[in-house]
Amino acid sequence: MSNDIKIKKGLDIKLEGAAEKVTENAIKSNTCTVRPEDFHSVIPKLSVKVGEKVKAGQALFFDKTNINVKFASPVSGEVTEIARGEKRKILSITVQADKEQSFEDFGALNIDSAKAEDIKARLLASGCWAFVKQRPYDVIANPEVAPKAIFVSAYASAPLAADLDYTLAGKEAELQAAVSALAKLTAGKVHVGVGKNGNSPLAGLSNVTVHNVSGPHPSGNVGTLINKIDPVNKGESVWTVAAQDLVIIGELLLTGKFNAERTVALAGSSVKKPRYFKTKIGSEIATMVYDNGVDKDGNDRIISGNVLSGKQVKPDGALDYYSNVVSVIPEGDDYEFFGWNKPVFNKVSTSRALTFSWLTPKKKFALNTNTNGEHRNFVTTGTYEEVFPLDIFPMQILKSCMYQDLDEMEALGMYEVAPEDFALTEFVCVSKQPHQDIIRKGLDLMLKEIG
Amino acid sequence: MGLKSNLHNLKEKYKGTKMAPAFNAIHTFLYLPNETTHNGTHIKAADDLKRTMNIVIMAMIPCLIFGMFNAGYQHYSAIDALAGVAREVSLFGNFLTWDNFVIGAWKVLPLVIVSYGVGLLVEFIFAVIKGHEVEEGYLVTGMLVPLIVPIDIPLWMLSVAVIFGVVIGKEVFGGTGMNILNPALTIRAFLFFAYPTWMSGDKVWVHGADPRVQDLAAGATPDALSGETILGSLAQNNTGMLDSAGDVWNAFFGFIPGSVGETSTLLIILGGLFLVFSKVGSWRIMLSSVLGAIVMGLIFNGIADSGFISETSKFYGLMSTDFWMHLLIGGFAFGTVYMATDPVTASQTNKGKIVYGFLIGILSIMIRVFNPAYPEGVMLAILLMNVFAPTIDHYVVQGNVKRRMKRLKVKTA
Repeated sequence: MSNDIKIKKGLDIKLEGAAEKVTENAIKSNTCTVRPEDFHSVIPKLSVKVGEKVKAGQALFFDKTNINVKFASPVSGEVTEIARGEKRKILSITVQADKEQSFEDFGALNIDSAKAEDIKARLLASGCWAFVKQRPYDVIANPEVAPKAIFVSAYASAPLAADLDYTLAGKEAELQAAVSALAKLTAGKVHVGVGKNGNSPLAGLSNVTVHNVSGPHPSGNVGTLINKIDPVNKGESVWTVAAQDLVIIGELLLTGKFNAERTVALAGSSVKKPRYFKTKIGSEIATMVYDNGVDKDGNDRIISGNVLSGKQVKPDGALDYYSNVVSVIPEGDDYEFFGWNKPVFNKVSTSRALTFSWLTPKKKFALNTNTNGEHRNFVTTGTYEEVFPLDIFPMQILKSCMYQDLDEMEALGMYEVAPEDFALTEFVCVSKQPHQDIIRKGLDLMLKEIG
Repeated sequence: MGLKSNLHNLKEKYKGTKMAPAFNAIHTFLYLPNETTHNGTHIKAADDLKRTMNIVIMAMIPCLIFGMFNAGYQHYSAIDALAGVAREVSLFGNFLTWDNFVIGAWKVLPLVIVSYGVGLLVEFIFAVIKGHEVEEGYLVTGMLVPLIVPIDIPLWMLSVAVIFGVVIGKEVFGGTGMNILNPALTIRAFLFFAYPTWMSGDKVWVHGADPRVQDLAAGATPDALSGETILGSLAQNNTGMLDSAGDVWNAFFGFIPGSVGETSTLLIILGGLFLVFSKVGSWRIMLSSVLGAIVMGLIFNGIADSGFISETSKFYGLMSTDFWMHLLIGGFAFGTVYMATDPVTASQTNKGKIVYGFLIGILSIMIRVFNPAYPEGVMLAILLMNVFAPTIDHYVVQGNVKRRMKRLKVKTA
C-alpha cells in the first residue's frame, strides 16, 4: 500500500557543492569521539575509565535517568580521554581505535520469532536504542512507553543532504530486518516516507506503510511526515528513526555486531571535490575534509549535519552520532557596503524585496554564514507560513515558547514539533530570531514541567 | 578598505558602552554587519528588517514627489480661482512645473526633515537608555507622517506629535514589533484631537489658504482662498466637485486638495502593487479592505436610493456618493495600502488579515459618512481595528487549537 504526500509550502534552498555520487573509503580515523551532548537531555553516567579497553558496541556510558539506555563505542580500542567542562560535565569520550577492530558479540536474532521484549532488550543492550527518538520533545525514546506509530523518512530534502537512495542502496536486508523488528515494538504502523520520483531501497520493504513524498523541503523531514499522517496528540508518543540508522540496527540484529559504519556526504561550496565517504560515527572530521578539497587555512565553517540544523565543529572535531552529511561553507564574517538596500542576486530570499533569487529558480547559490542583518523583534507576518507545511501557527507557537506559557504551548501543538521543523522559518526570518533554539528551550521546559 | 576597517575599529571601541546602539545604527546603515550565525541554521535568507522597511519607503517616494508638485499646483490653482480663472489641469503644462515644485518642496521637505529628525532622535535616546539596537520601524513611520498631514501644519506641532507618537505609541510597549497602535496614525490622531482646527475644515489643505500662516504668497487675500477637499464638500451636501468625468479623473490622478501624499490614487495603487509584488505588503489586507469599503458604499447607496433619508439630511451627500468614488477620494487608498498593512499592528494570521481588512473597509466608509465634524474615517477605522487585531487572531488561532482538541477527543472516545 502506498500513499502520496504532496507538500506545497516549503522552500528548496539550492546550494553549490552537492556531493557527487562517488563513494570513497575515508582515511581510517585514529580516534573516535562520542559527545554526550548529541543525545539531548541525557545525563551521562560513565561505565568506562580512561585506559580501559572497549570493544565496538560496548557501552561507554548510560543515561542516569533511564539506566537501560546505553551508549556504545563505535570502535574498539582504548579510552584515552574523558573531557570534562564546567561542573564536571562530560563533554566527550575519546577512544583510540585498534588497528584490528573487534566487536562485542550480541548474537544474531531471529526477527520473525523474536518477541518485542527481546528486540527491545537487544537494542538497549547494544547501544542501538540511541537511534530511536521520540516525539514529543525530540529526545531519545522512553523504552517504557509504547508508541502509537513509528516514522522513518527515507527522503532527504534538506539542502546538500546525502541522497539516501544512493547511500542506502544495497542495504535492503538490513533495512528490512530493522523495520520488521521495529514493527513489533508498536501497536500501530511503521510509516516510511520515500521520494516520489526516487528509487528508494525502502520502497519495496514489507511490514511497513510506504508513503510517496513530493514537494519542496521540509517534505523530507520526519516531522512533516508525522504531521501529515498521524499527528501526536497530548499523552501520545511516536518514535522516529533516521533511515541511515536503520542499517546499523539491522546489521546488529542480523549479525550481532554493532557496526557504526556509515556513508557520509561531504558537501558545500567550500569543498572542491564533494562526494561520499564510508566512515564511522565519531570519526575525526579532518579525515575527510582536508584530503579532498577544503583549504587548510580557508575561512570556512565545518558543520556536522546539514546547513539548516547541523552542529558547527572544528576541523579536529568528530562526526556526530546522527549525521550523515558534513557541510563546509564559507564564513561570512565580513561587512557588506550598503548590503541592506542594494539589489541582491547572489543570496536566497523568499521575498522580492530587491532580492532576485525568484528570477533564477534553478540557480545554485554559494551562501555563507552571514546573518544578513541584525536580530530584531518579530515584525513581519506571513513569511513563515509560506515555508511551513505543518498545521500549526509558527509565529504564535514561537512566541508562546518565549513567554513560557505551558498551556498555550500545549494547545498550539508543541507535542508535534522538533527544532528542525523550524529550520526553514528560521532561515527566512526577517528578524533573525533563533527559532530552533526557541523551540528547543520550549521543549526542554515542557519536558521538565510536564514530562 | 579604509572606511570599513576604521568603522570596525570604532565598533570594537564602543562595544559594551552606552553609545554602542547609536553608533551601530549608523554603522549598519552603511554596512551590512559582519555578524555570523551561531546556532540553528548556519545560513540565512537575504532579507532583514532594514531591507523590508526600505521597500515600503521606496513605495512611498512617488507619493511624496507627487505631493510636492500638487502642493504647489493647489496653491496656484486656488489663487487663480480667487481671480475667477478656472484651471484645467495639464500634466506638463501646469502641473509638473518648477514653480509648483519649489513651493511644494519648500513646504514638504521641512515636514520630512522634522519628522525624521525628531522621531529618530527619540529612537536613539530610547535605544541608548534601554540598551537595545535602534530599530527600523521609524524609517517607515517617519516617511508616512509628512504624507498624512495638511501642508501648512506648524513644525513645532508636528514635533510634539511625533514625540508623543513614538514614546506613547511605540517605545512604552517595547519598541518596533511590540506596539499595539500604528505609530504614524497615533501621531496623526494626536494632531487631530489636540489641534483640530489645524487638521480639518476648508482652509488647511492648500498652502496659503490658512489665515494663521504668515508666509502667504503675494497677492492672495487670505480669507478668500479656499481649499475644500472633495470629502469636505460632499459632507455639506455639495456634490459639485465630482460632477464631470474630468473631476473624477482628477481625483484618481490626485490633482485635488488633501493631505500631502494621500491624493493620488493612481500612484498609491502602483505603490501597493509594488508592495504586493515584493511580498512586503499583504495583498489580503489591501484586497479585503477595498471589498469592505465597496460593500459599505453599496449599502449606503442603497439606503440613499430607497429614500430612507431625505435629500436634506446632512448625511445624504456622502451616502449618495457612488460606492466606487469613495475609493478615490480622501485618505482611504493611502490608509489601506500603507497603514492598514503594517504587519505589527495588523492581524498576524492569514485568515485574520482578511477579516481585519474587511472591517477596516466597512468602518472607514461608515465613519466617513457619519462623522459630523470631520468627514474621513480611515484613520480611526485602522486605529480601532489595530486594537481588535489580536482578538481576531485569537479566534483564528483557536480554530487550530480546537481542531487539535477534536483530534484528541476522537482518539480517546
